[in-house]
Amino acid sequence: MGKKLRGAEIFVQALKDEGVEYIFGYPGGAVLHIYDELFKQSAVKHILVRHEQGATHAADGYARATGKPGVVLVTSGPGATNCVTGIATAYMDSIPMVVFTGQVPTHLIGNDAFQEVDAVGITRPCVKHNFLVEDVKDLAATIKKAFYLATTGRPGPVVVDIPKDVTADSTEYYYPQNVEIRSYKPVTRGHPGQIRKAVQLLLSARRPMIYTGGGVVIDNAAAELAEFGHLLGFPITNTLMGLGAYPATDKQFVGMLGMHGTYEANMAMHHCDVLLAVGARFDDRVTGDLAKFCPEAKIIHVDIDPSSISKNVPVDVPIVGSAREVLREMIKVIKEAKFKPMSRKGDPWWKQIDEWASVDCLRYDRKSKVIKPQYVIEELYALTRGDAYITSDVGQHQMWAAQYYKFDQPRRWINSGGLGTMGFGLPAAMGVQLGFPKATVCCVTGEASLVMCIQELSTCLQYNLPIKIINLNNRYMGMVRQWQEFFYDRRYSHSYMDALPDFVKLAEAFGHVGMRVEKTSGVRDALKKALAMKNKLVLLDFITDQTENVYPMIAAGKGHHEMHLAPGSGTNRELA
Amino acid sequence: MRHILSILLENEAGALSRVAGLFSARAFNIESLTVAPTEDPTVSRMTLVTSGSDEIIEQIVKQLNKLIDVIKLIDLNEGAHIERELMLIKVMARDGGREEVKRMAEIFRGRIIDVTDTTYVIELTGTGEKLDAFIEALDKSLILEVVRTGVSGIARGTRALSLHIPSITRPAPPARTEAATAKPAPAPVNPDHLL
Repeated sequence: MGKKLRGAEIFVQALKDEGVEYIFGYPGGAVLHIYDELFKQSAVKHILVRHEQGATHAADGYARATGKPGVVLVTSGPGATNCVTGIATAYMDSIPMVVFTGQVPTHLIGNDAFQEVDAVGITRPCVKHNFLVEDVKDLAATIKKAFYLATTGRPGPVVVDIPKDVTADSTEYYYPQNVEIRSYKPVTRGHPGQIRKAVQLLLSARRPMIYTGGGVVIDNAAAELAEFGHLLGFPITNTLMGLGAYPATDKQFVGMLGMHGTYEANMAMHHCDVLLAVGARFDDRVTGDLAKFCPEAKIIHVDIDPSSISKNVPVDVPIVGSAREVLREMIKVIKEAKFKPMSRKGDPWWKQIDEWASVDCLRYDRKSKVIKPQYVIEELYALTRGDAYITSDVGQHQMWAAQYYKFDQPRRWINSGGLGTMGFGLPAAMGVQLGFPKATVCCVTGEASLVMCIQELSTCLQYNLPIKIINLNNRYMGMVRQWQEFFYDRRYSHSYMDALPDFVKLAEAFGHVGMRVEKTSGVRDALKKALAMKNKLVLLDFITDQTENVYPMIAAGKGHHEMHLAPGSGTNRELA
Repeated sequence: MRHILSILLENEAGALSRVAGLFSARAFNIESLTVAPTEDPTVSRMTLVTSGSDEIIEQIVKQLNKLIDVIKLIDLNEGAHIERELMLIKVMARDGGREEVKRMAEIFRGRIIDVTDTTYVIELTGTGEKLDAFIEALDKSLILEVVRTGVSGIARGTRALSLHIPSITRPAPPARTEAATAKPAPAPVNPDHLL
């Protein structure tokens, strides 16, 4: 038997055994024993954030980009509550994350002790699972279980609440290689009969459509999806979370679908006769009005989470399994059938889709002297050759980044799709940059989102993270303003960003480089200059057109076929 | 439709609140819920009565199965089953009324388990409907207290929900009829409720 270790030593040793490279955190009373152990070693690198929300988003960004679980360590009470937004963000997007929260000593739990909060209770609705460790003997096994649960099946955040006395008590250390949880057996292999049925349905389709989501990214199934897509020759659309799972520059890709998806993707959804959904969950921003959703389609749904199937839309062929394994099986069946792929040029369905595409739904005024936000993203795409990691916050800039940056690879597009968390972009970019120190990491944001976690600029300086912040500054909460313009008779209630800081000086105050760009003619040079500064964080403050809206758009309560195009499109589909 | 779900879950702190929290977070109904340890002290058995359309019940079952603490569950309504509930009811029993209450308890096969000069406590088991009927049959002004345990249920025959019996004979879910798969008719939409 080995020698006895204190709980805090066990904690650090377990992280080492788990292969944890970075832990994002902020110290406090309840976790001081653990911090003392972290101080004595260098294998697990601690990244000190400036607010616990930043720690969760950074760990989340790291997880999304690398595929490895993100790890967070915070203290009890406010340390734990500050994490809730980040945990919920990861939960909605199924991101593997393990969050360790300190807790007051076990004998004080329930006594309203200083910095006490029921962390397990508060986080319960937004975690995959959570634990309170009541005895140091359970600590190592609980940590193992937490990583196992966070990273398998449908991934998600797991919270482990550790009272201070547990980190002081001693026991023999044993870190299990594997862990068995009798109530948790995720199914990854799809049912062979259902897979055959699904393929038969697909091969008999005249107007097929493939719609894939974040599950394909999470399950590292992009290569399988590409092979699958090419074997069939069918049109493919991705959700906001699924961008990059199928190459955006591939000729079968019809763009993103949903509220701000392309006209052709949404029209193809509405008119398809067979719909295959893989790793997607029929979110309301994707489906529009459910009563009008894919009225003519037989629906096949592949998902690792049975509760996602037939939750919002009744499905004809449900397949529970991992995206990668099911796609592999489907590929085999299609090859056996010697199917001739649908002709991209000759098939009437493709002709119809190309006709829809000809409305050029993403066009905008390219001659404008005032900076158009879409133009900034297009230039960013061109200058980075589509090879950058792009994080975003939430709102108009997020939609423009999704529409105009063509992601050819998975895990390059990092955004809060489900929860829609403003303030996500900058800390997430820190996690991405730590995961890929040499890569170009850009945070596309807006002035409203950026200030929500602006304190993390300090973290970026401390760890020398040369993120490029693309601030599309329109002096409005743009998406709120857009809805107020369309649906509230232009009553811009509290969506105006008054008293903004000077972002250039702000960047400089934090020890970084700031640049302001006010004319379209200056966009390209500024981006070039910023991207060339390999070792500096650069905040680019683009003063953009205040009146620009995100098009095309499906208004709430409308169907895919009721899309509105930008004014001046010369159709009757313009939004009044 | 009313469904009785029988659930085996880890006998751990917080397991009950995970189930209760799931129902409130997803706006599912709970009519009654009972829980107690089983012959295996690490496992609790919960009987949960809920109601909803087939789609809602399917979601409830899937969401429950997704909880890490839930080990196994069955919908008792998928086969023949027995349900029982225990009620303790304290009633005024004075003068001529004493005989009347006693007779009523006998008719319902209840037992008087506590007697004072002025009150009886009656123990009654049966289905929820039977207990309702007994309350209905009594003079309301006589009832002092009603305590009900909520429903416990068990499948008839060889079907069993157990950890050590590997094969639970579970009938295949009924094939979906056209009506069941048909998309729901659009409900009238209040535009102010749209996100």
